[in-house]
Amino acid sequence: MQPFNYLKPSTLTEAAALHRQADEPVYLSGGQTLIPAMQQRLSAPSDLIDLSGIAELSGIQAADGAIRIGAFTRHAQVAESAAVRSAIPALARLAGRIGDAQVRNLGTLGGSLANNDPAADYPAAVLALGATVHTDQRAIAAEDFFQAFFETALDHGEVIRALEFPRPRRAAYRKFPNPASRYAVVGVMVAEFDDGVRVGVTGAGPCAFRAHGLEEALNASLSPDALDRVEIPHEDFNRDLYASAEYRAQLVKVMAMRAVRDLFDP
Amino acid sequence: MAALNKHIHLRVNGVSHALEVPANMLLVELLRQRLRLTGTHVGCDTCQCGACTVHLDGRAVKSCALFAVQADGCRVCTIEGIGGPGGLHPMQEAFRDCHALQCGFCTPGMIMRAIDLVERSDGLDEQAVREGLEGNLCRCTGYHNIIKAVLQGQEAMEADDD
Repeated sequence: MQPFNYLKPSTLTEAAALHRQADEPVYLSGGQTLIPAMQQRLSAPSDLIDLSGIAELSGIQAADGAIRIGAFTRHAQVAESAAVRSAIPALARLAGRIGDAQVRNLGTLGGSLANNDPAADYPAAVLALGATVHTDQRAIAAEDFFQAFFETALDHGEVIRALEFPRPRRAAYRKFPNPASRYAVVGVMVAEFDDGVRVGVTGAGPCAFRAHGLEEALNASLSPDALDRVEIPHEDFNRDLYASAEYRAQLVKVMAMRAVRDLFDP
Repeated sequence: MAALNKHIHLRVNGVSHALEVPANMLLVELLRQRLRLTGTHVGCDTCQCGACTVHLDGRAVKSCALFAVQADGCRVCTIEGIGGPGGLHPMQEAFRDCHALQCGFCTPGMIMRAIDLVERSDGLDEQAVREGLEGNLCRCTGYHNIIKAVLQGQEAMEADDD
C-alpha cells in the first residue's frame, strides 16, 4: 500500500483546513469502498483525513415529520435505530441489507452518498424520500445531489454533515442484489406522501434517478397493476456481465411492483 | 513521501498494547505481523472473503478493510481470544462437531462472524444464518455443515448463558 499522511481532525472546520493544505487529500469515512480501492491502487491519496473524530457527524434525531441522521452513522446503526425503525421502517430495512454484516458495521451513510456508486442502496432512498443533504457549507436537495457516474454536487473539500429524511405515509424498498457483491443490480424505493408518490431507482443507470413515468402511473392509481404498461426508457442504462439494459429495465418494473405490494402488506 | 508512523493504544484479546505503526498498515497486518496472532487469515486481500473477520468493540469487521490507526482506543478480539485447545468456545466446538470445515482457511472468520451473529439476534433460523454469513466465503464445504454448526453453536451459547 502506498504511504500517506493520516490526519484525524475533531471539527469540520479543521477538516476543511487540512483538506485545503494537502496535495491530493481524500476524506475517510467508513472506508468500505475507499480502503479496498487503495489496496488495489485505484486510489492513492497523499493525505487521508479521517472523519471519525468529528462528534457533530454522529447521532440520529427524530423531529416533526422528519428524521435527521448524522453522516458518520454506520449502516448497522441506521438498521438498528429505534427512531428510524419507527419513523421510516423501509429506510432501516434498506440499511440492514447493504453489503454484508461486516461492511454494515463500518460503512457510513455519508460515505456511501459522497461516493455515489451507481449500485449503492441509499441513493434510491434519498431520492424517493426527497431527503436534504446538509453539508458543512449548504443544504442540497436530493434531485440536485446525484449528478453522474460517481459524481455528486459536492464541491472539492465539501463534507456531508447530515441527511434529513422527510417521513412518508409509507414506503418500501426492493432490490435485486448481485449474489456475490450484494450491490443492487436494480433497487427501487416507492414512497407515498400526502402530496403524491415518489420513486427512486438505483443500479439501473449511471447514477440513481427518480422514475417519473412510474410516479405518474402510481399517482393515478397506487397499485402494482398500474405499472403493467409503463415503458421504462433504458437507452443509457448500465450493461455488464450481470444484466443487459433491457433486463435492468424489466427489473425496475418488477422491483417497483413488489415495493408497491409491500406498501399494503409490509 | 515516507509513511508517517502513528502511536496507537488498543486492547487485543484483553491485553493492552501501545504501538507505533505506519499509517498505511492494515489492522490485519498489525495482528498477524506485529502481534503474531496468525489465526486471523488473509484470504482475498480485497475485502470480500471475510477470512480476516475480527471483533472491533464487539462487532464483526473485516480487519483488511480498516487501517490499524483507525482501531486506536478500541478493543479487538481475534480467534485466539475466544478459546483454545482444552477450552474451545461453544461455537468452535460446534464447528468441530458438525464437520463444518475442510481446509479450515475460512474457519476463524466464520466463527468470529457466527459469534457476533448469535450475540446480536434472538433465535436464528437456517435462513437467517445463511443471510448472516453473506460476508464470509468458503470454497470447500458448500456451507451446509457451517449452517448446521452455527445453529448448534447458538443453542450451546444460549445454554451457557442460562
